[in-house]
Amino acid sequence: MSPIIELKGVHKSFGTVVALQDLSFAVHAGEVHCLLGDNGAGKSTLIKILAGVHAPSKGDYLIDGQKVHMTSPRQALDRGIGTVYQDLAMIPLLSVTRNFFLGREPKKGWGPFARFDVGNADRIVVKELADIGIDVRDPSQAVGTLSGGERQCLAIARAVYFGARVLILDEPTSALGVHQAAMVLKYVAQARNRGLGVIFISHNIHHAYTIADRFTLLNRGRSKGTFLKSEITRDEVLHVMAGGEDLRQLEAEIGQLSARRA
Amino acid sequence: MSEAMQTEPPMRKGLGSDSGRLQRAPLLTRALRRPELGALSGVILIYAVFLVVAGSSGMFTVEGIVNILSVAAEIGIIAAAAALLMIAGEFDLSIGSMIGFAGIIIGLGTTVYGLPLSISILVALVACGAIGAANGYLTVKTGLPSFIVTLASMLVLRGLAIAVTRYTAGYTQISKITESDPDSSAIALFGGDVGQGIFRWMAEAGWIATKANGLPIVEGVPVSVLWWVGLTAIATWVLLRTSFGNWIFAVGGDSVAARNVGVPVNRVKIVLFVLTAVSAVLFAATQITEVGSADTLRGTMKEFDAIIAVVIGGTLLTGGYGSAIGALLGALIYGTVQIGILYTGIDSDLFKVFLGLMVLMAVLFNNYVRRRATQER
Repeated sequence: MSPIIELKGVHKSFGTVVALQDLSFAVHAGEVHCLLGDNGAGKSTLIKILAGVHAPSKGDYLIDGQKVHMTSPRQALDRGIGTVYQDLAMIPLLSVTRNFFLGREPKKGWGPFARFDVGNADRIVVKELADIGIDVRDPSQAVGTLSGGERQCLAIARAVYFGARVLILDEPTSALGVHQAAMVLKYVAQARNRGLGVIFISHNIHHAYTIADRFTLLNRGRSKGTFLKSEITRDEVLHVMAGGEDLRQLEAEIGQLSARRA
Repeated sequence: MSEAMQTEPPMRKGLGSDSGRLQRAPLLTRALRRPELGALSGVILIYAVFLVVAGSSGMFTVEGIVNILSVAAEIGIIAAAAALLMIAGEFDLSIGSMIGFAGIIIGLGTTVYGLPLSISILVALVACGAIGAANGYLTVKTGLPSFIVTLASMLVLRGLAIAVTRYTAGYTQISKITESDPDSSAIALFGGDVGQGIFRWMAEAGWIATKANGLPIVEGVPVSVLWWVGLTAIATWVLLRTSFGNWIFAVGGDSVAARNVGVPVNRVKIVLFVLTAVSAVLFAATQITEVGSADTLRGTMKEFDAIIAVVIGGTLLTGGYGSAIGALLGALIYGTVQIGILYTGIDSDLFKVFLGLMVLMAVLFNNYVRRRATQER
């Protein structure tokens, strides 16, 4: 099966800083692809290229096998690529409904009297959230009153509702407690089972290894390979996430120091 | 997805969502969510106070009320536009200078260049709208705070108004503007009164004070009051019932998040800067058609009056939350206190003291309300 989105030999630099080098990456329908790497490994740049914020300096971006050139997040959205940013997904002071439909408000009426159909929007939001097990008491309440997990699910539900086939989730569980994170992970699994491709970025081994079908390891702007879950153990993933070789060296050095003390 | 729901119904409970706790927020909570609440209680409080201390002084006669409304209407016209801009997270400090500058364009156009008054007003609308767009463009492109950008244009416009007028007309005041085009429909549109028939009828019935010839002293409600209420109604409709309104809230709430979901952040801001400039022209037009002259110093400090009305009206200085109706109530408070204080016998110099305290109280109250609104859990 051909991937929904694919990067081939992508290279991205900002001035003299090289953020990504010769990177190839693909996401298939119905799988969760976990992106791992230390801070500065190029995860954010990769996400931003996929989301249409940046265009690659070199290399190809393919959607459904077609080469694309995107210059704004809107273009990515229109092609079915929904990005849920870690903490920038929602505007806390704005109501649940207004956040959900922000930028894509349903209209009624015609010409200059076309207006935001708030009643209909409220009904849709309540239904969409009820479907994923979130019971919003009042869709006109500010998003800031929702729990972190609910907020994250709302952001994902929004992307799905507006036709996302690929979800890019940037640390969706990092700021959440155990129950809240479980709620988000369950919803991600549901979305995958419905045939969406999911790119999942996380620092939490338990969350990443639980949900992911495939892993890509990034280091200093380069890919260290892509592995199926069956090809890589939890410990190996953990090793990469914790810092890989650097950590092994650190362990050795601290071992020596401890030995000297003894 | 539905399978997951069936096999694991407990997801509703215990995983963050308490369905059984409350169905609908109580009335008080819902009322507290409205930005206008503080201003509305302010209006009620102030009218209660003035009824007690100045109830029999003539403040609540038709003349007194029309006075209050005409002061409030002037502030309210610019406050309606300033509220939208502030909700989007920006300021326009050039409103006051823009009023003076627009007045000069209208004045010179009519008296020196012989244009019809309505054409001069149109020219001012176009010119000031363009300056507003420039304010907005500079703000979004440089990333500087609009406070700085519009502080610069405030100085530039005021200086230009004085220099141009002195160079062209020799003075810094332009008189006989309406006399140059006395039949202009613009005079009725911006500076007239409405409801004269009713006022004459009330005068004949002896309900309101009359001049020696039997005509009422106050001939009607200034048309600026209609502009004020009309603009507030439109601004409210835009905010609450259009996509653009939703974008205004979003841009002020978090412009990065708004941009990420495809809101044209820069365009929203530029449009709103144009609107405040247009509101300044409207202010100038109502003033000129009412008094007949223009002065380069007109509108001085009006940018702050507008901000005061907006802030008293419950709009957050940092953006993302607020209302145009609140700005209307803020302007009403401003007008009521400014005129009312004359009727109480209290030294009217204390007006500004009172206003300052009002602003402080309003901001503290608004901050409290915002905390309530976003942290109910």
